[in-house]
Amino acid sequence: MATDPIHQFQISKLIPIEIGGLDFSFTNSSLFMVATVAAAGAFLYLTTSSRGLVPSRMQSVSEMSYEFVASMLRDAAGSHGMRFFPFVFSLFMFVLVANLLGLFPYFFTVTSHIVVTFALALLVIGTVLVYGFWKHGFGFLKLFVPEGVPGVLLPLVVLIEVISFLSRPISLSVRLFANMLAGHITLKVFAGFVTSLGALGVAGAAGAVLPLAMTVALTGLELLVAFLQAYVFAVLTCMYLNDALHPGH
Amino acid sequence: MFVAPAFAQEADHTAGETHTETGVAEGGHEGGFPPFLVETYPSQLLWLAITFGLFYLFLKRVVLPRIAGILEVRSDRIAQDLDQAARMKEDADAAVAAYEQELAEARKKAAAIAQEARDTAKAEAAAERRKVESGLDSKLKEAEARIALIKDTALSDVGTIAEETAAAIVQELVGGKVDKASLSAAVKAVQQQ
Repeated sequence: MATDPIHQFQISKLIPIEIGGLDFSFTNSSLFMVATVAAAGAFLYLTTSSRGLVPSRMQSVSEMSYEFVASMLRDAAGSHGMRFFPFVFSLFMFVLVANLLGLFPYFFTVTSHIVVTFALALLVIGTVLVYGFWKHGFGFLKLFVPEGVPGVLLPLVVLIEVISFLSRPISLSVRLFANMLAGHITLKVFAGFVTSLGALGVAGAAGAVLPLAMTVALTGLELLVAFLQAYVFAVLTCMYLNDALHPGH
Repeated sequence: MFVAPAFAQEADHTAGETHTETGVAEGGHEGGFPPFLVETYPSQLLWLAITFGLFYLFLKRVVLPRIAGILEVRSDRIAQDLDQAARMKEDADAAVAAYEQELAEARKKAAAIAQEARDTAKAEAAAERRKVESGLDSKLKEAEARIALIKDTALSDVGTIAEETAAAIVQELVGGKVDKASLSAAVKAVQQQ
């Protein structure tokens, strides 16, 4: 069990709840969703509570994350895109904090489950579709018809555009899920080498230095990946929202 | 019509599976790869919706307006401070201009004073020189007069000496006394040549 790299993704029920034949139990995953939201919310709330004109260190972390996401959204979707700012910021913070919390040993990684990332991706694409049709009506379909394409190629191009649009939620969710999953499995495997080599005596313990160093390095890499994937998720969200705002481009 | 019963069946099936699975899952993970266990999906989706929804509302209602407010207050304050700085700079510029003007005036005044002083000094020097020159002239005239007087006396003395000498020579040569009047007439005649 200890050396099983898949075990960390196991979902275990903490408070069993069943409604209408479906299992809605409060699980370790739910616990870490709550922890993610609580940690992110509390950090943002408490660090800004003094409303310092000259920010403290922690306050400037909150402000930097605000301005980071704001400039990301403004660059990708223009000033009209700022109506989606709370949404993009929530997504970014949720994914980032979930990824970072998952790096702690024995912690569950919420984003390592495809259903969670896919739900978030569908939320993004759903927002794009609903807002696009609400704002532009059928003009939103211009998104699939690029300008300046010769008539002969148009059906083919439209087909490609539609497929690329439909694959967006899949690529968006699988990218995050696979990165988290693969990173945690790799970490676990290398960490497992350390314990199994260490059990072999002095020579084994000496040999275990190598996978230990690898584990340390991978932890650093995973820290980068945790941030990077949250960033990528947010940036792609901004770009998809830009399609909903300006389907002509 | 066709899908619904099939889905219902499948749902029943998965629900049934959940029960059997939970018994086994306590020991190991017989259920397969955890992320693909469909029976865990409803729970994850529900709790994701609850937590993310609350998170979204909390950020939208409380945190983001607060951070936006902080940033706005700060940028307002910075703009205000910049305004004030610009105003102060204007004041400083005005003070510098006033100072420079005053300096130029003072310089002009100083130049005027210097010029005046120079002029007076020059006038005084000229007057002094004139006075000295006139003094010198009078002294020169005096000296010339004295020289003329001395020359006259010397010349008149020359006449007497010449008379005496001529009288002495005549007396020596001729041996007789010469009449004084004819002697002085002779000397005068020589002198006048």
